[in-house]
Amino acid sequence: MQWASWAAFFNMGGYAFYVWFSFGLTALCVVWEVIALRKRNAAALRLSKLLAQE
Amino acid sequence: MNAWLTVLKRDLLLAFRRRSDVATTLFFFLIVSSLFPLGIGPEPAVLSSIAPGVLWVAALLAGMISLTRLFAADFADGSLEQMLLAPQSLALLVTAKTLAHWLVCGLPVVLLAPLIGLQYALPNNALLVLVFSLLLGTPALSLIGAIGAALTLGVRGSGLLVALLVLPLYIPVLIFGAGAVAASQHGMSAQAHLSLLAACSLLALVLAPLATAAALRISVE
Amino acid sequence: MNINWFKYSSPQTFYPLAGKMIPWFAWLAAILAIAGLYISFAIAPTDFQQGEAYRIIFVHVPAAWMSMVIYIVMACWAGIGLALNARLSAMMAQALAPTGAVFTLIALVTGSLWGKPMWGTWWVWDARLTSELILLFLYLGFIALQASIDDPRKADRAGALLALVGAVNVPIIYFSVKWWSTLHQGSSINMGAAPKMAATMLLGMLIMALAFWMYTIAVALMRVRCIMLERERSADWVKELSLKSASRGKA
Repeated sequence: MQWASWAAFFNMGGYAFYVWFSFGLTALCVVWEVIALRKRNAAALRLSKLLAQE
Repeated sequence: MNAWLTVLKRDLLLAFRRRSDVATTLFFFLIVSSLFPLGIGPEPAVLSSIAPGVLWVAALLAGMISLTRLFAADFADGSLEQMLLAPQSLALLVTAKTLAHWLVCGLPVVLLAPLIGLQYALPNNALLVLVFSLLLGTPALSLIGAIGAALTLGVRGSGLLVALLVLPLYIPVLIFGAGAVAASQHGMSAQAHLSLLAACSLLALVLAPLATAAALRISVE
Repeated sequence: MNINWFKYSSPQTFYPLAGKMIPWFAWLAAILAIAGLYISFAIAPTDFQQGEAYRIIFVHVPAAWMSMVIYIVMACWAGIGLALNARLSAMMAQALAPTGAVFTLIALVTGSLWGKPMWGTWWVWDARLTSELILLFLYLGFIALQASIDDPRKADRAGALLALVGAVNVPIIYFSVKWWSTLHQGSSINMGAAPKMAATMLLGMLIMALAFWMYTIAVALMRVRCIMLERERSADWVKELSLKSASRGKA
């Protein structure tokens, strides 16, 4: 294990902002893309349901 | 070959009848390249160091703004459909139209460029290389641009879209063209740049008309 | 064994098949990502030159790899779609483009976040970052062209042709940008010359890249399902599906 403590882990040797921003942005993109696609799928199904009930 | 000449003559004649279109391209080139000294300042050393890039980008944009007209009129009056049905190869007819576009929009810019180069305090040998690089490179711009023009035919907002599609593909030509002028400014040989530029144009001449013809078939059907 | 591929390429049969495949790829992506993160934070040692900041490469390099791989795969699907006139291939190409653009953006931003502590500037016009920027333009052009053509069949084919033209141009652009950056010595800082790759680092990057790859497949399948629903809005199978999904109270 590389880290003496959790604080050292989060500090990333002074580069915390750069490292966590990079990984955080990637995670954010992934989560956003999945949520957006789920919403898009639901919206498409809702619309065709309206079409079907006409 | 007969049909090829007919298309070329017809396009040149049409361009001659609408001379204001040609003038627009030239004025655009002139205005864009005159704005830079106003924005940056009249220092000759600075101007001559940015001249290769600025003049090449201006030439590239001037060639691009006229692209949407390349097929639009033929598409509107139905003569493009005739060309698609013609027994001659569509790619061949496309080269005639592209050549006409280059003669009307590319060549005047090439001829005007040394005058603007003088305003940018370019030395004589660099001016010569500038004209030569434009002469070698602008045909590739017209050929690649024709693909973008054909793809965006009849699409809303095609003017901006064609810029988005075509400008990234222009990058190699810009790098080699502006690089040639910069090399001659620094007393180096521009031969490597010019050879690569010629290679780009030749490759575009072989592949671009085929892609343009395919794009026209997709857009018109 | 003779599988009838055309049967699976019809939206009606591919939609449920894709639905079954998505969880598998999603779980694989999650497991690989956890393993990759463990290697990149717990196992990989501190770099003696760059300190901890080098850990950014565990997202930066895989994202850059994926952005290029996705463009190639997209161009392949586009080519197949154009040659065989296959609807599913064209839809796959369309489904991959936004994910490719997202990875390109991640590669650009993380590259700049890595550059700031290492070189002191947010942006360096080196060959790799510049090519990545141009790749982003190519993705955006593809997405914009498809979005602005109303007829989906025409949009498919125009987009496919653009993707192929772009794929032919990518090596030329890459070469020209490399040539350009070696000529302008002042601004060329070579990212490739960064730390000598230790085996654990390479392993970490490979596993992260695999995780991104599985994620890409899962997300592309999700998007292709959306595209199918939107295009076949008034087809019977979509109507049945929408009624069923609503009665389960889940979309």
